[in-house]
Amino acid sequence: MSKTCIIIGASHAAAQLIASLRQEGWEDDILTIGDEPHLPYHRPPLSKAYLAGDKSAEELAIRPASFYEKQSVGFYQGRVTRINPDGKSVSLEDGQELAYDKLAICTGARVRKIQLPGSDLSGIHYLRDMSDVQGIKRDMGAGKSAVIIGGGYIGLETAASLREQGMNVVVLEMAERILQRVTPPELSEFYTRVHTEHGVSIQTSVSVSRFKGNGHVEKVICDDGQTFDADLVVVGIGVLPNVELAQEAGIEVDNGIVIDESCNTSAPDIVAVGDCTNHFDKTYDCRLRLESVPNANEQAKVAAATLCGKKKIYHSLPWFWSDQYDLKLQIAGLSTNFTHIVIRGDKDTGHSFAAFYFKDDNLIAADCVNRPQEFMLMKKILGAGQSIKAEYLADEGKSVKELMQLAG
Amino acid sequence: MGNLTFIEFDGTEHTVDLEEGKSLLQIAVDNGVPGVDGDCGGEGACGTCHVIVDENWMDKTGDISSEEEQMLDMTPEREATSRLCCQVKASEDLNGIRMRMPEFQM
Repeated sequence: MSKTCIIIGASHAAAQLIASLRQEGWEDDILTIGDEPHLPYHRPPLSKAYLAGDKSAEELAIRPASFYEKQSVGFYQGRVTRINPDGKSVSLEDGQELAYDKLAICTGARVRKIQLPGSDLSGIHYLRDMSDVQGIKRDMGAGKSAVIIGGGYIGLETAASLREQGMNVVVLEMAERILQRVTPPELSEFYTRVHTEHGVSIQTSVSVSRFKGNGHVEKVICDDGQTFDADLVVVGIGVLPNVELAQEAGIEVDNGIVIDESCNTSAPDIVAVGDCTNHFDKTYDCRLRLESVPNANEQAKVAAATLCGKKKIYHSLPWFWSDQYDLKLQIAGLSTNFTHIVIRGDKDTGHSFAAFYFKDDNLIAADCVNRPQEFMLMKKILGAGQSIKAEYLADEGKSVKELMQLAG
Repeated sequence: MGNLTFIEFDGTEHTVDLEEGKSLLQIAVDNGVPGVDGDCGGEGACGTCHVIVDENWMDKTGDISSEEEQMLDMTPEREATSRLCCQVKASEDLNGIRMRMPEFQM
């Protein structure tokens, strides 16, 4: 009898899992259940090329419909309301109950919502799904005003894209500097400078208290009384992992669905992949919940092997990227808990430098702005568990290739 | 229409339809060709879609940007005709192109 693998969620993790399941030899049924009316699509371009109109919805597809047809993968648009690990089935909102032999939870994350007076006015948007961006595009326009709430990567990418569309853009950040959660002051200063150069107003240490408008948002009002005109508001204040289905099924959850090194959850025959998961990272010796496409892809490859009864171990260097204006930031590793920082290049006037992070004598991460070679170097040496002396990294007289020779 | 061939490091060949206007990476992904990861989805951010182009086609693959050049330069398996295939757009000129994959992507 044919077996069935059900995948809950239809984004990056699911798309890679489908391809990897077939590569690992899963010949039986695969059914993917997602609540969006699209096949899996690339999310990173949503705040950039898709918002700017440089890429169409079709061009965002991770793979075309023909791929899934050829691989006989079913898609079902719907919402799972319950996982029944004992009976090995899932219940759907429309009343169906579907049996699985193997289950993959790829439920991702959802945006954190803002709950303030007026926050249900039209023109107030979030940015996670294609439909969010379609809403933003309806409200944007040259000469109009946009207020971005939240100075993280999503907020800043959106600010850059909207500015490039000719909008007047203000970014409101509650903390005393943008990117506070993920970077040191040096990077916050750099991005503040570049946004300011482009005419975006960055306001820090401000809290929004309410929104004003007649049906559609017109003003954003802050605690300190400051008021900003807004034809469009985009809120980017973080995401929450979608763990409720797992939790209600009795699967272990602790800041994400807890998975082992092969992506197994605490329940038999159930794996979890991507933004909704929490795993132990050997390099950084701590548990991590990562919000990133490379993490989803790499975990999916491991989970596919697990579902096919093979053993693969997840051990990948976390990495991220963010495009704003002419800046391509590539991040290798995690800088959390760094003790000192070494800058290579000129971050105060230029648009190209790398910041290397050390914890005591160990190199742990780098933020590379328009420095693809330094990024590749870091991917390679951190992946191999190597380090380089700080004094070498700061010396631009040494080429990146020479640095490679000095790693050890 | 036409076709192009990806050759895995172990010699396995994948000949797939050439779809004009798409990147060579997207064509590989669309057809489930293993060995070119393209982790960033073709944004030129990751360096995991390295291929070595048959020299007869190299001059038809278009210009290499400074970013691509810098990333390729750090790849140990780099050869004279290396490309990141997310940066190469399929056109009629590339009909019949053959590309080898390195043993490891970065």
